[in-house]
Amino acid sequence: MPARRAASDRSHATDPAIVRWALIGVALAFLALFLVLPLFLVFAKAFEGGVSTWLAAVTDPMARAALRLTLLITAIVLPINVVYGVAAAWAIARFRFRGRNLLVTLIDLPFSVSPVVSGMVFVLLFGASGWLGPLLDERGIQIVFAVPGIVLATLFVTSPFVVRELIPSMEAHGVAEEEAALTLGASGWRTFFTISLPKVRWALLYGVVLCTARVLGEFGAVSVVSGHIRGRTTTVPLHVEMLYNEYQFTAAFAVASVLTVLGLVTLVLKYFIERRAAF
Amino acid sequence: MAGRRHVLPGFGLGLGITLTYMGLLILIPLSTIPLKTATMGWDRFFEVVTSPRALAAYRLSFGAAFAAAALNAVFGLVVAWVLERYSFPGRRLLDGLVDLPFALPTAVAGIALTTLYSGSGWVGRLLEPAGVKIAYTGLGVVVALTFVGLPFVVRSIQPVLASLGGDLEAAAASLGANRWTIFRRVLLPRLVPAMLAGCTLAFARGLGEYGSVIFIAGNLPLKTEIVPLLIVIRLEEFDYPAATAIALVFLLMSFTALLAINLLSWRRSRAIGHA
Repeated sequence: MPARRAASDRSHATDPAIVRWALIGVALAFLALFLVLPLFLVFAKAFEGGVSTWLAAVTDPMARAALRLTLLITAIVLPINVVYGVAAAWAIARFRFRGRNLLVTLIDLPFSVSPVVSGMVFVLLFGASGWLGPLLDERGIQIVFAVPGIVLATLFVTSPFVVRELIPSMEAHGVAEEEAALTLGASGWRTFFTISLPKVRWALLYGVVLCTARVLGEFGAVSVVSGHIRGRTTTVPLHVEMLYNEYQFTAAFAVASVLTVLGLVTLVLKYFIERRAAF
Repeated sequence: MAGRRHVLPGFGLGLGITLTYMGLLILIPLSTIPLKTATMGWDRFFEVVTSPRALAAYRLSFGAAFAAAALNAVFGLVVAWVLERYSFPGRRLLDGLVDLPFALPTAVAGIALTTLYSGSGWVGRLLEPAGVKIAYTGLGVVVALTFVGLPFVVRSIQPVLASLGGDLEAAAASLGANRWTIFRRVLLPRLVPAMLAGCTLAFARGLGEYGSVIFIAGNLPLKTEIVPLLIVIRLEEFDYPAATAIALVFLLMSFTALLAINLLSWRRSRAIGHA
């Protein structure tokens, strides 16, 4: 992201005042209708019944179970995505090989597939009438409509996040320092952990932040594989959906407000990491 | 580079992990779509993918995603312009907020937009007397997809707008062009590729979007049912071949549409390059 210019650099904005204010008005109205009002509404509805009602909704056993599940999924998915992201970015950014462009395209593939389809493929593989369904059934292993299915669907949907941030960062940093370390006798792993990884730490953190936001909020893919078993396979977004569909609007918005705060935290983190712009 | 020995280690390990993981997690699972579809005969396949309900869903998904992208093209340009060029109180905050749709879970966006635009909502209440219904209609789908696509368009336009600087405009002005002519003849042609790129991303995202849409759409078959929802319904009926057939056709249509847009923008940017 380009460094922000100071206001004085905007001197070429010589539009007449009336045009300026009209455009600002249009932009503000548009952002109000689509971003600001929905954001306010979440908190207004969440606290409609007062703080005690809000507290009751977010500390409800089912809400806590949903939060625990979401945190569990996050704890499993993030490390896997970091390992995959670093490995893939290393191969792609550091080496030239046949099929490299194809690989870059394939990495982005989950972004162009509907979340619903991302969940569906695991139902087709592991569901009762799926390819491996009977095999798993015999052994009493359940993947779909259980936690493993939610993990798989989330992994699928979030796999591009870390790689995408790491590739440009690794490419920008070059390999001179690594080559120097290797010539001086450092081992491959030592070079990697003391030079390569620290150089891309901001890009890695950025990818992890974006990935976390998506893990916490993923809905479509998880919804297909979850089976909506309350207290067992409902993540926080699914819990919000169930409350809302049961017309428990205040409770739905109360739980939604927690997710919204996490979303806002993401934006703040994103802002600060972008300002470090060193990557 | 064939033949060149790599100085850096870790190529085999990195590529090995990548290919194994991608194969197991992404490629094998995705291959179930064409393979499952192939288990149904041609007749049944055609019946499913050309059923009135499926056709209506394709129309709504493509139509709403296109309308939302178009809306974002116009207003996204205004927002990017205002954020890049003018100073006003709260500008930095709004600039940061543009990324909200990336960070807010889609289900939360869905229930918030639905409540806001329903007949008793803050905005819906004002529109209802004018006979405009947004929630539970096709317009609701457009509203949700506009929300989802907004940052793609604004964030594509902003860097280009920032890079244009004042030189071009100063030159055009010194040659006697007025502001509107400068915008139309000098700035806009340079912004269009970025707008198209942003709209393409927004359009692609909008086609598959599920969480923010299902709350506000109303989900009536033939009327306000998007393709991803139809896929989910077929899955819930355990009609897996029908679900995969619809998904397959939808994916092919999406890729074709995106390819067409990419070709168009490629030709456009070439045209500008030659100008």
